[in-house]
Amino acid sequence: MSVTGVAGEERHDFTKDESQQIRARSLRLLGSLLRPVRARLWLTMAIVVVSTAAQVAGPALIAYGIDTGLPALTQGDWMPVGLAGLAYLFTGIVGAFLIAWYIRLSARISQAVLLDLRTRIFLHTQKLSLEFHESYTSGRIISRQTSDLDAIRELLDEGINQLVRGVLYMAFTGIALVVLDPVSGLVLVGALVPLVILTRWFQQRSQALFRRSRVASAKLIVQFVETMTGIRAVQAFRTERRNQKEFGRLVEDYRDVNARVIQLFGIYDPGLILIGNATVAVVLLVGGFRVIDGGLAIGVLLATLLYTRRFFDPMEDMAMFYNGYQSAASALEKISGVLEEQPSVPDPARPVDLWKADGTVRFERVEFAYTPERVILPRFDLTIPAGQTVALVGSTGAGKSTLAKLIARFYDPSDGVVELDGVDLRQLHPKDLRRAIVMVTQEAYLFSGSVADNIALGKPDATFDEIVAAARAVGAHEFIEGLPNGYDTDVNKRGGRVSAGQRQLISFARAFLADPAVLILDEATSSLDIPSERAVQEGLQSLLADRTAVIIAHRLSTVAIADRVLVMEHGRIVEDGSPAELIGGTGRFAAMHAAWRDSLV
Amino acid sequence: MSAEPQHQHPPHAQRIGTVRALLRLREYARPALPWIGLGMLASLSAQLVALSIPQVLQSIVDGPLTDGDAASVVPLALLVLGLGVLEAVLIALRRWFVLTPGTRVEASMRNALYAKLEDLPVSFHDRWPSGQLLSRAVSDLNIIRRWLSFGLVLLVVNLVVIVIGIGILVSMNWMLGLVFLVASVPLWIVGYRFEGRYSEVSRRSQDQAGDLATAVEESVHGIRVLKAFGRGKHALSTFRAQAETLRSTEIEKARLDASIWTWLIVVPAAALSVCLVLGVWLASQGVLTVGELVAFFATAAVLAWPIESIGFLLAFSLDARTATDRFFDILDTRNEITDPERPVSVERPRGELVFSDVHFRYQDAPDRFDDLLDGVDLEVRPGETMALVGLTGSGKTTMTALTTRLYDVTAGSITLDGVDIRALSREELRTHIAMAFEDATLFSASVRDNVLLGRPELTGDGGADAAGTADAAGDGPHEASGDPEVLAEAERVLAEALRIAQAGFVYGLPDGVDTKVGEEGMSLSGGQRQRLALARAVAAKPAVLVLDDPLSALDVSTEAKVEAELRSVLASTTALIVAHRPSTVMLADRVALLEYGRITAVGTHSELLRESEHYRFVISSLEDEERRQATAASDRVGRAPRDGRRDDAEAIAAAMADDGERADAAASALRELTEPDLDERGLTDREGVAR
Ligand SMILES: Nc1ncnc2c1ncn2[C@@H]1O[C@H](COP(=O)(O)OP(=O)(O)OP(=O)(O)O)[C@@H](O)[C@H]1O
Ligand SMILES: Nc1ncnc2c1ncn2[C@@H]1O[C@H](COP(=O)(O)OP(=O)(O)OP(=O)(O)O)[C@@H](O)[C@H]1O
Ligand SMILES: [Mg+2]
Ligand SMILES: [Mg+2]
Repeated sequence: MSVTGVAGEERHDFTKDESQQIRARSLRLLGSLLRPVRARLWLTMAIVVVSTAAQVAGPALIAYGIDTGLPALTQGDWMPVGLAGLAYLFTGIVGAFLIAWYIRLSARISQAVLLDLRTRIFLHTQKLSLEFHESYTSGRIISRQTSDLDAIRELLDEGINQLVRGVLYMAFTGIALVVLDPVSGLVLVGALVPLVILTRWFQQRSQALFRRSRVASAKLIVQFVETMTGIRAVQAFRTERRNQKEFGRLVEDYRDVNARVIQLFGIYDPGLILIGNATVAVVLLVGGFRVIDGGLAIGVLLATLLYTRRFFDPMEDMAMFYNGYQSAASALEKISGVLEEQPSVPDPARPVDLWKADGTVRFERVEFAYTPERVILPRFDLTIPAGQTVALVGSTGAGKSTLAKLIARFYDPSDGVVELDGVDLRQLHPKDLRRAIVMVTQEAYLFSGSVADNIALGKPDATFDEIVAAARAVGAHEFIEGLPNGYDTDVNKRGGRVSAGQRQLISFARAFLADPAVLILDEATSSLDIPSERAVQEGLQSLLADRTAVIIAHRLSTVAIADRVLVMEHGRIVEDGSPAELIGGTGRFAAMHAAWRDSLV
Repeated sequence: MSAEPQHQHPPHAQRIGTVRALLRLREYARPALPWIGLGMLASLSAQLVALSIPQVLQSIVDGPLTDGDAASVVPLALLVLGLGVLEAVLIALRRWFVLTPGTRVEASMRNALYAKLEDLPVSFHDRWPSGQLLSRAVSDLNIIRRWLSFGLVLLVVNLVVIVIGIGILVSMNWMLGLVFLVASVPLWIVGYRFEGRYSEVSRRSQDQAGDLATAVEESVHGIRVLKAFGRGKHALSTFRAQAETLRSTEIEKARLDASIWTWLIVVPAAALSVCLVLGVWLASQGVLTVGELVAFFATAAVLAWPIESIGFLLAFSLDARTATDRFFDILDTRNEITDPERPVSVERPRGELVFSDVHFRYQDAPDRFDDLLDGVDLEVRPGETMALVGLTGSGKTTMTALTTRLYDVTAGSITLDGVDIRALSREELRTHIAMAFEDATLFSASVRDNVLLGRPELTGDGGADAAGTADAAGDGPHEASGDPEVLAEAERVLAEALRIAQAGFVYGLPDGVDTKVGEEGMSLSGGQRQRLALARAVAAKPAVLVLDDPLSALDVSTEAKVEAELRSVLASTTALIVAHRPSTVMLADRVALLEYGRITAVGTHSELLRESEHYRFVISSLEDEERRQATAASDRVGRAPRDGRRDDAEAIAAAMADDGERADAAASALRELTEPDLDERGLTDREGVAR
């Protein structure tokens, strides 16, 4: 089994090699994320070094104040104690300002990394083909972008803090301790042995659990998103309680794995503290005898004890860091999996430019299947000359949208080539491709935001007048003006604020504004009333005059404006000719057209 | 894509205090509270133990070490060890006490949120961006859990420790202690100011995180559009702008954090430096022993972390407060569409659906607008099929949504068998009335689960639940999945619904009816999705079927087949069918015309065609084209006889109403009668092409 990309994302039973492979790729990702900020990272560390030094100096200054200052003061000399006091204040102030600087800087780093990661995921998911999205589901991408990023953010926010400070603090205290009293230092080194053993145990256990927790949270989000997206159907078909049960189960799974992670940490963290405290006792024991022997000054012993305790102070921080790291690493594993996915419709490595497209579309020995088992479009050839308006008709499920999607390069053919002006779509510069070919999909999707924004999607730099002109051309202007805020009315999520027909008109205006060389309309008028449809058709006549168009429609009124009709049946083009020819003939189209005619009144 | 939703700041502008806001959590946290209390106790004890260790050190420094009493070093070291073990055990206890109950609280809040969201009406969901809901359900609850089981405990404990610690310091030496007390004053001021500013930024950041989640969701759901227009980059730049806003908010937060940290370190450091000089002086005066001085600083050292931590715990608490507010934003939303207190039940609905003077306006409609539905009166008789016709945006979908109370009428009433639908429980109402929406709204489940969505008693999910409902056929007690009878029934219902909707294609899918249809059914063709949605409504076997433009994505011949099959269902079921095409209208016994928010005409298709100008305008595509091709005069001559012929066809079709072949017969009758036109049309088309 493969663990490349998102394959095996939901498995828990990775072999050691697979586990390492996944970890390695997530570490590579982490490395690449940190590389751009490495200068700042070093600066941060430098700040922490200095600030930690300032903090560590504290006990030493107090020890100095007591051991040297006190005898001096009994002699009436204020100098040493005053100096110690001032130095203490100074280190406090310096330490504080450094920490403040550090907090700001580390927030910058962490936010920069998050922004980078967010952008990468976003860009990559946009690149991935529809095929990927259909099976991966939006919920999981959202969970990658939200809850997984939360996990990483926790690590970055607190983690750098904890790690850098912890390590340095421990290093400094450790060094200070060794310098102050090498024997105690030795005791400290001895304490590292159980510490390492405990940490390895924790690492192994928690890695598996954190992976499961990422999966559990993604499942939760998938269910949540799907319910909220389909809320009308949920309510209309009374699935609330069934959903709650299912959701409750997912929530419980997630809770359970979380609780287990936490319990694991509940052993790890006190374990570390225990090791620390035991070390203090041993240092006391060893040091105590040496004081009595006269081998050690009392002040030094006290400082030693304080240092030893302080050495273990950041232990909890370190444990938390490690915990956060494990959690973030498993999130990164999932994210790196998505980023590793190769788009099945990749951008060309050496794109061919096509500044001005004429709009000749050619299918050459094209075959297409969504899944290898089921060929949707058996091998065929087709040429649509520039400027031709083609009506694509056929029964539902015949493969009309599929053929259209091949022209728009939503998918690449399984075999053969699709060409625009003689250039294989796979070689065409993506920008030129999108400028030349635009498809109005069967589902008229609107984004939340204003009507104007939605139309402007067809041409982001359009002026307001252009937007209005496009709306007018498709007959949408009137109703838009009638909305509470006209063109600035928010259409709500998925355009829920406007009616189905209005959504189609807006989508249509969007395509109109894009002004492509090849326009594909997939059932673009199916939800319109007849007068609006007629208005659209009138608009189309002028719109399509000098461009290639593929119009898919069950309402054969479109045929009136077509130069050519293609009839599809079970993935094959069974009839091809001018409307007049076909209507006059005895084939399927003639029958279809007759039936349609009859349905009119 | 970037419009700032205005709901985000709840209407009750008066902000309640942080403590009161957080206290609202107790409703959900109650079962965990005793545990949290125990956890605090354990934690406090742990801290006390930690505090006592310096005391022991003092007694060692002052006692055996000064005296050179070697024998007592070992027991004292053991004491320190014992205390150390105790501390670790107490910390372990703290974790074990609070953490599992904490996850329970989180889970119960998450379930409550989900249930509430499912219960809230569609109008709520219209208004709220999905990412805002999601970020509440995931990130916010996560923050609350961590705060309850970690932040809250530490905050309380650290405050107590600080108080006790300062108490000890004061008792050790009041002068030194006083320095500490005085030093704490500026910290209170700083803390207070911090609260105000940080709360605001925290709310902003969490709202922005929600917006970002929305942007992500839309970019994925709308991926086809983005791809079709090659606007991935454009979407990215909008997304990035949002992400950058969030980033700057976060950095603002860090800045506030940094400033409070500064104070929390500088002030104690200043106090301690004063204490150092003062303490050494006091010791030199013999007021203090060296041991006492050492113990003082050791205790102060123990306090350093709790004091520093206050800053971050305060920030944490404020984040939790924001999360709590955001959670209750939703939980406090009053659901305007609720079940009546004592629901009436309609045992065997005949399916009479009556709209009386129904008014409806969407909540965001400005006052200057008339009601969208402005006094709709319509009676759909039992068993009758009523087509609803009107222009785009006239309110047809809205009207259908009112029947199952996805929205509630703003005035007037809708009755089912004479009972106001608001007197029924929503569950029962929706059992009696099933809908097919204009967009298919399928779920990423198998074909079977999608089609049988309205029949839980057949699919095994919630069989027991369904027994409690008014579902007449509810053989709930059976464990559906195991019962062969139920299984067979499920298969039968499924097969029948698929047949009626002409969705036999599913048997050709890779796994037949068990094939997963992909997110929102996107791995099916448009017409296939629509037929499954239709099958779903039919399979629910309701008394009233409400179909919103159910055939719009079908080709003419499939449409005719579906219609023929539907007739058998519609013979016994009341139906309200939104129609844009005459072919769909053909399904109906009568047609209602929606215009200016009212039903302006009801009658048979041919009646309306004859009598209503507006109806002709809405439904007829012939006149206009004819007007184009012929002169006004010849048009008038030509039209009269054809209308007559068409009516004849209608009459024939109506006469054959009982016949199963009605559709085909009607179609062929029509064809015969209109054949001459066809040639004409063919000509026009050719002309059109030539042009
Ligand atoms: N993403 C997909 N994955 C797998 N199969 C698919 C996918 N999209 C479509 N199909 C299948 O391919 C066939 C052709 O679908 P297509 O959408 O091209 O039909 P269509 O001619 O556009 O039909 P309609 O008129 O109903 O829109 C159908 O059988 C459908 O189930
Ligand atoms: N959620 C909403 N909030 C506010 N206004 C809405 C909402 N949904 C629809 N509208 C408005 O109400 C009017 C009626 O919409 P509705 O969807 O009922 O129309 P319709 O008759 O079904 O049209 P179509 O034939 O295009 O489906 C439209 O003008 C639309 O802009
Ligand atoms: Mg299609
Ligand atoms: Mg509608």
